[in-house]
Amino acid sequence: MTTRIPARFQKCAAEGRPALVAYTMAGDPDLATAQAILEALPGAGADIIELGMPFSDPMADGPGVQAAGQRALAAGQTMKKTLAMVEAFRRKDDETPVVLMGYYNPIYIFGVDAFLSAAKAAGVDGLIVVDLPPEEDAELCIPALEAGLNFIRLATPTTDDARLPAVLNNTSGFVYYVSMTGITGASIKNHAAVGEAVTRIKSHTDLPVVVGFGIKTADDAARMGRDSDGIAVGTAICNAVLGSLENGKATAGTVAAVTTLVAGLSSGVKRAKAAA
Amino acid sequence: MTATGANSLRNGPDEQGRFGLYGGRFVAETLMPLILDLEKAYRAAQVDPEFQAEIKHLATHYVGRPSPLYFAERLTDQLGGAKVYFKREELNHTGSHKINNTLGQILLAKRMGKTRIIAETGAGQHGVATATVCAKFDLPCVVFMGATDVERQYPNVLRMKMLGAEVRPVTAGAGTLKDAMNEALRDWVTNVETTYYLIGTAAGPHPYPEMVRNFQSVIGEEIKAQMQAETGRLPDAVVACVGGGSNAIGTFHAFLDDPGVKLYGAEAGGHGIEVENGHAASMTGGRPGVLHGNRTYLLQNADGQILEGHSISAGLDYPGVGPEHSYLHDTKRVTYAPITDNEALDAFQLCTRLEGIIPALESAHGLAHLMKVAPTMSRDETIVLCLSGRGDKDVESVGRYLGMNS
Repeated sequence: MTTRIPARFQKCAAEGRPALVAYTMAGDPDLATAQAILEALPGAGADIIELGMPFSDPMADGPGVQAAGQRALAAGQTMKKTLAMVEAFRRKDDETPVVLMGYYNPIYIFGVDAFLSAAKAAGVDGLIVVDLPPEEDAELCIPALEAGLNFIRLATPTTDDARLPAVLNNTSGFVYYVSMTGITGASIKNHAAVGEAVTRIKSHTDLPVVVGFGIKTADDAARMGRDSDGIAVGTAICNAVLGSLENGKATAGTVAAVTTLVAGLSSGVKRAKAAA
Repeated sequence: MTATGANSLRNGPDEQGRFGLYGGRFVAETLMPLILDLEKAYRAAQVDPEFQAEIKHLATHYVGRPSPLYFAERLTDQLGGAKVYFKREELNHTGSHKINNTLGQILLAKRMGKTRIIAETGAGQHGVATATVCAKFDLPCVVFMGATDVERQYPNVLRMKMLGAEVRPVTAGAGTLKDAMNEALRDWVTNVETTYYLIGTAAGPHPYPEMVRNFQSVIGEEIKAQMQAETGRLPDAVVACVGGGSNAIGTFHAFLDDPGVKLYGAEAGGHGIEVENGHAASMTGGRPGVLHGNRTYLLQNADGQILEGHSISAGLDYPGVGPEHSYLHDTKRVTYAPITDNEALDAFQLCTRLEGIIPALESAHGLAHLMKVAPTMSRDETIVLCLSGRGDKDVESVGRYLGMNS
């Protein structure tokens, strides 16, 4: 198993703050700009990177991430190019964990074994695959663990105590707690319930728990970061890319739009420390 | 449905919801506990005589079952081969086979205490059948429908609205059934506590493919009994159109273990199977992948991105197919073949003129395939078409294709 993820959580814990997990869509709005965004994320304050694998039918994503995936696919993004992005990133940064996030079909069509060995060789640390619940562990989760890649599971508000052990079993790296029943980019309605859920999950596992879905601002980051080991931001980053485009194309301000946002979120997770 | 032995083709799915390689439960964790609850509730309903009696009662008095088996004499003469019979599912209340499934599922939703119903629809037949049972059982109903389909099946949009349903046009992608299903899944993930997703075809995560098949199996069971009464034996061949494949699986299932009965599924060949992204024939023109909760044959590119597909028929315009069909395709128990838009249009007109029956464009695909098979059979053989829906919804768009509107 790669060790970058636990090492990074230890580092953040030593600083007494939650980790900032930043999601960016591979290939959005074009390959070169996406590569520049990826490489700028650690400097802007991202502790862990989730790199989205675009899919034509992202059934758990809201309009922001959907549109980012569509832009990437329209620009010709493929799984091969996404893996090559990680490989290029690793030549410059051997410490920041990179987790690939997406849906199963593009992996299945690439071929599970071929995908796992290519991902491992490229320097990927873990996988988050939205449409593979524990019931389908034999498909990718078990082979991924055997190949030495973390398989990060989503736990949700509908995952009750009876089901939680099944969800946590075979989970590694961290647990991704989905803050609401909903799609990416929606709004968190009950912040207190999220904190309680994280506490509940932590009573079942020693793994770090990261909260995602609905975190948009530095204030959100500070607030949600108090209860968790990390917070994940995706839609806001995709929307920052969108806001920087002219006629659908990247501009000189595209990378800066993302780094400015991420730097702000980073200040939020540091405030979470002060409040804790 | 009870199976007859270890080698029966009617045993599927297994406990994991698999038909061989196909099926499964490829859904987000948020939905997983609900899907497990649904399976439990369905298993309890299956063995509850009260539930079964209520379905039977409604099927008789509300839907009008059994639907007639009709000997299509002029079509038989014209084709000059096997005797042609129509299973008249288009005479059901709401005009298609879809009501068989929506009645079963709405009773299940009530049992589960759900207070809101969502559905996806392509041609609008399932949307209408869902809106209908929601009106009858007093449940709010939201139907997701691709914006392209809203336009080409407008009469059904009006019917849904009059029945009290909210129709939400989906503009993502090509605005057809696939996109409507994505939006329905997003709504479901968001409103999982209150909402029942009433899937209209024999696809999606387990237990939907099995459940929808079982609610639709009444079609094949009735054909079996009606053909026995009419001819004293089983039919020699049975044909149905396949989009997601709910009428087809409901028609075929009773015959899977009768090797003497040839089974044919007509897929949407659109502009032709050789035209990339110009058809919706997922089995003849696609390969296995994972979408909408199940593994099945899908239209997709080399990188696993799903294609939109095309068919003149909104109900067949879907890049996937129910997982049990994929299994029956691989095992070769059913022969699936593509029918082009033009072949379907020809069959639509022939049926209308010869039999005085306006078929749905979906069912016209099945008929077009029957028109290829029947002439190769002898006159003492029989072939049955599941006439799954009526074509009232299609008259405007067919009229446009035929240049009748000017």
